[in-house]
Amino acid sequence: MVASDPGVATYDLLRWIPLIPLLGSVTNVFLGQRLGRRNAGLLGCAAVGASLAIAAYVFFQLSPAGLFRDPIYTWFESGSFKVNLSLQTDALTSVMLLIVTGIGFLIHVYSLGYMGHDEGMVRFFVYLNLFIFFMLLLVMADNLILLFVGWEGVGLCSYLLIGFWYEDPNNTIAGNKAFIVNRIGDFGFLLGIFLLVTELGRQGIWTLDFAELQKHVQMLSPASIGLITLLLFAGATGKSAQIPLFVWLPDAMAGPTPVSALIHAATMVTAGVYMTARLHFLFALAPATLSLIAWIGAATAFFAATIALTQNDIKKVLAYSTVSQLGYMFLAVGVGAFSAAIFHVFTHAFFKACLFLGAGSVIHALSGEQNMRNMGGLKSYMPKTYWTYVIAALAIAGVPFTAGFFSKDLILWRAFSHGAMLLWGIGLITAGMTAFYMFRQLFMVFHGQCRADSHAKAHLHESPSAMTLPLILLAIGSIFSGWLGAPEYLWGSAWDRWLQPMFGAVEHHGEAGTEIMLTLLTLAVVAAGLFWAYLKYGRAGAQIAEDSENVFYRLSLNKYYVDEFYDAVIVRPFTACSRFLAQIIDPRLIDGTVNGIAALARGLGWVARGLQTGNVQHYLAGFLLGTLVLLAYYIGQL
Amino acid sequence: MVPLDYYLILSAIVFAIGVVGVLARRNLIVILMSIELMLNAVNLTFIAFSRFLGSMEGQVAVFFVMAVAAAEAVIGLAIIISVFRQRQSLDPEEMQLLKW
Repeated sequence: MVASDPGVATYDLLRWIPLIPLLGSVTNVFLGQRLGRRNAGLLGCAAVGASLAIAAYVFFQLSPAGLFRDPIYTWFESGSFKVNLSLQTDALTSVMLLIVTGIGFLIHVYSLGYMGHDEGMVRFFVYLNLFIFFMLLLVMADNLILLFVGWEGVGLCSYLLIGFWYEDPNNTIAGNKAFIVNRIGDFGFLLGIFLLVTELGRQGIWTLDFAELQKHVQMLSPASIGLITLLLFAGATGKSAQIPLFVWLPDAMAGPTPVSALIHAATMVTAGVYMTARLHFLFALAPATLSLIAWIGAATAFFAATIALTQNDIKKVLAYSTVSQLGYMFLAVGVGAFSAAIFHVFTHAFFKACLFLGAGSVIHALSGEQNMRNMGGLKSYMPKTYWTYVIAALAIAGVPFTAGFFSKDLILWRAFSHGAMLLWGIGLITAGMTAFYMFRQLFMVFHGQCRADSHAKAHLHESPSAMTLPLILLAIGSIFSGWLGAPEYLWGSAWDRWLQPMFGAVEHHGEAGTEIMLTLLTLAVVAAGLFWAYLKYGRAGAQIAEDSENVFYRLSLNKYYVDEFYDAVIVRPFTACSRFLAQIIDPRLIDGTVNGIAALARGLGWVARGLQTGNVQHYLAGFLLGTLVLLAYYIGQL
Repeated sequence: MVPLDYYLILSAIVFAIGVVGVLARRNLIVILMSIELMLNAVNLTFIAFSRFLGSMEGQVAVFFVMAVAAAEAVIGLAIIISVFRQRQSLDPEEMQLLKW
């Protein structure tokens, strides 16, 4: 370690954090089949475990204002524009590192049990390790280009893992959908990067390093900052499943459940939040973009929650819940509470991963059943899964002294103290709906009569300890992870102190009294949601198996027909246009032009080749004729 | 002394006969002979001018032409013999392989 200036240190241990999972992935590509499924899985777990150990070691050496850098080499340079392949770890990155490697490690271990019977287990661990590599690259990158490499890489792994069971064409379609929808957002993201480079370049600063950007961001005009942040946010709406690009995430549930937990709940989908937090200095200068982000976040939180109210697929409920929680994070970003947004990323990673893995445990026990109407009464069959599920559900609902209580209340409080009453109100109602749909799910899956068929019932079993152990650890995290960010009227927030040098001090508007009042109000709404769920689904004799004919119920059950709307407005016209191009323009116009030119040449040749008889005497006659013409010409000149 | 015009007219007539022979005859040997006619017509012009201008350069050119014509006759006849052995014919109408 060589300290060059105070707080910044070069530390070449950093490169091993992403490199070890990459090595694990590559090793399994070549040796996985020979090692056997179980050993390949253990290798994958060990690789992520090693990354976790290094990340933790680095974390404990880091001070909140500190920065570790590991410049590996210059990737490319053009004039004074230079992009390095170099990694960095600061307070924000260190938190993300622990989330990615920590949750990632638990989910790897869980996958040992969950995927144990699967033929493609080696391939699964190859993808999973590769995902961890790209995700670590994303959070450790010290410039936007490298971040974008990680960003695309996790998108690729997401695509590969959604379509993991590729024999079923529906899974492949879901993978394609995720990839294409993300591509739309990424296009905006890339344009944002280009615009940032050229706008800064016009001022003579050619760079994409975060540290350099932060130094020179003042040189940009407000209009260009607004446009740049808007384009970057378009990328975030794709990756983090916000309106209008959230439609891929529910379909992404086609992938194996550990993938849903790792990629589509805990880590990848939070990349958009991380990106905005990483570029907070840029977003902070664009108030219009920020308020748009806040509104999109709140709207997404609300609409996704209303859809989650009526879904019957155990994973779909969780998927819409994830979209909704991501909406909360962007609400926090939009009101300038970056620290609160990352805090919700942190707590959400625990309880949502726990919920997904719990759902996976249920699906595993029921041999692949996902419809909650065919579940029920599983409490007594799988107690460990049940109790961890209860804890995680309490956490996401925001019951006091669980993780979700601290992080969600913090966001609501920051929205309120920012003066955004309407946003706060939407968040408040969403909190009530969150409690309702989570406990509706809990009651439908674990309580009441068992509605599974006799075949599935015979196989009912608690999952192996490789699966329950991660569940228990995540459940513990679902409670205590939130305690780091307690409000000031309790024991204060270690979280804010850790991230304060990064995002600046948290301004405390309003009084603790108001904050407590609001918290009590939130709790009342949550309790109402919980009680309503009990009335509708928890009581003995509840009507679980029937759809209501209520128009709102139908709207929610059919996801507001957003997919159908996109299909009619975008997909179908696009396909029709493509078909027109493929069947009319391409064969007629494009091929016609090319073939026409060829035919023209052939026609001219057909005319001209008559001259080429092959008879020497004809050529000589031509020769003579030419000579005579030239002769006549020169004689005429005389 | 015979005026220059006479030589030139004779030369032009011989050359024209040679041209017609090359273009119209159907036998390679006759065509070769016609080429010789054309060469000799040119030689005649050279000699005539050489004589009338009192310069030796025309005669030098004639010797060159005669040397080249001798070589051409040798190679030409060799090719004709070779072609005849291949095809049992000397009709240039039938030698049309070099086309499109």
